[in-house]
Amino acid sequence: MPDLGLDVLFKGKNMIRLLGGLWVAVRISLIAVAISIPLGILLGIVMTSKNPIVKVITRVYLEFVRIMPQLVLLFIVFFGATSALGINISGELSSIIVFTVWGTAEMSDLVRGALISIPKHQYESAAALTLTPSQTYLYVIIPQTVRRLVPLSINLITRMIKTTSLILMIGVVEVLKVAQQIIEANRMSSPNAAFGVYLTVLLMYFIICWPISMLAKRLEKKWG
Amino acid sequence: MAEELLKIEHLTKRFEDNTVLDDISFTVRKGEVIVVVGPSGCGKSTMLRCINALEPIQGGKITINGDEIVYGSKNLSTLRQRIGMVFQSYDLFPHLNVLDNILLAPTKAQKRKKDEVTKEAMELLKRVGLADKAKSYPRQLSGGQKQRVAIVRALCMHPEMMLFDEVTAALDPEMVREVLDVMIGLAKRGMTMIIVTHEMQFARAIADRVLFLENGKIIEDADPETFFENPKTDRAKQFLNIFNFERE
Repeated sequence: MPDLGLDVLFKGKNMIRLLGGLWVAVRISLIAVAISIPLGILLGIVMTSKNPIVKVITRVYLEFVRIMPQLVLLFIVFFGATSALGINISGELSSIIVFTVWGTAEMSDLVRGALISIPKHQYESAAALTLTPSQTYLYVIIPQTVRRLVPLSINLITRMIKTTSLILMIGVVEVLKVAQQIIEANRMSSPNAAFGVYLTVLLMYFIICWPISMLAKRLEKKWG
Repeated sequence: MAEELLKIEHLTKRFEDNTVLDDISFTVRKGEVIVVVGPSGCGKSTMLRCINALEPIQGGKITINGDEIVYGSKNLSTLRQRIGMVFQSYDLFPHLNVLDNILLAPTKAQKRKKDEVTKEAMELLKRVGLADKAKSYPRQLSGGQKQRVAIVRALCMHPEMMLFDEVTAALDPEMVREVLDVMIGLAKRGMTMIIVTHEMQFARAIADRVLFLENGKIIEDADPETFFENPKTDRAKQFLNIFNFERE
């Protein structure tokens, strides 16, 4: 058995520190998701508007955010805001801003898709059954939209958690950064620690993301 | 003669410059079964949609028991309760099981008691042979089963008349029969119906009167015997010939 340097994980508070780093990553994604979902729902409804100007503006926003690599967005906000606007925002706040901007765009597209996928006939048969427009939304349209939306937005959460591995580039000490620090600190005593520590980080991401994506799959099956 | 239930006077419907229904007038008496036939695009379905005020109209008047049905009006949902409608594409609500599909409108729009409606729904489901499907979801049903559920769902609202818009057009041939049988059962029980269909045999069997529509006009209005044996117009003859196959 090759030496994976797993022993460094049990030195001092290393394991606790890793878990702490993981929590930083998860916390940033959860905050961003919590803000993105309501904003995304609002924007998604706006995107179904027939107004051409509204359509163009929302489309440009969506495409811009999607095409830009998240790392570039992080740099723009973290370094750009400091130099251009002279304001000093923390790495963690920058991350939340970028993830929210990105999450809102993705979420709005999911909402738009879910809304336009409800066939016109659903509205008509509800009307023929004499449901009022608000009853139609409450009992027919919204439940169907939510069922289509929930699995997709859960997937968005896992995508966000995974993408937080980029934020170490703007100095946020999340799980991957902690892992680097541990490896660096033990370079002399455990020169092979990199593999074991990174493997542990991988497992941590997996343990967080896998149940979430299983949940999404189950809901998709149940409601599909 | 039974009393008049639905009266349509000079109904005109246009989409932009295109006149889809051109000065349509007829009355439907209580218990009468009217079958509307005609080539595709003649305005049959649009006519049903106008009767149920799913489309605005550009002229004329539609009344049920003397009350005018106006698109977008305040009392529309009360008037619509007198009319049940079943569509070609079933349109069950996919997130609700069969029973909940049926219960939704009676309990929410009519504010009736759930137990009472459930009892009635189960009886109706039994009548169409689907009592064991009450807890199934629409996606677990065949097209014919879905369509029968859609009919029960409309019946549970206690409509005074029913509109059927090509309800068998999307079904496999072997499922057409089970749906048509349900409609014949309704006719026997005295339900007033307007049926748009392409099933000529069925039309002939169920109709008290046949309306032949072309280019938005009623060209013939006759009893089924006369219409199918001796149509007055050449256009109706041509149309009926489509359904005859002969090898010289």
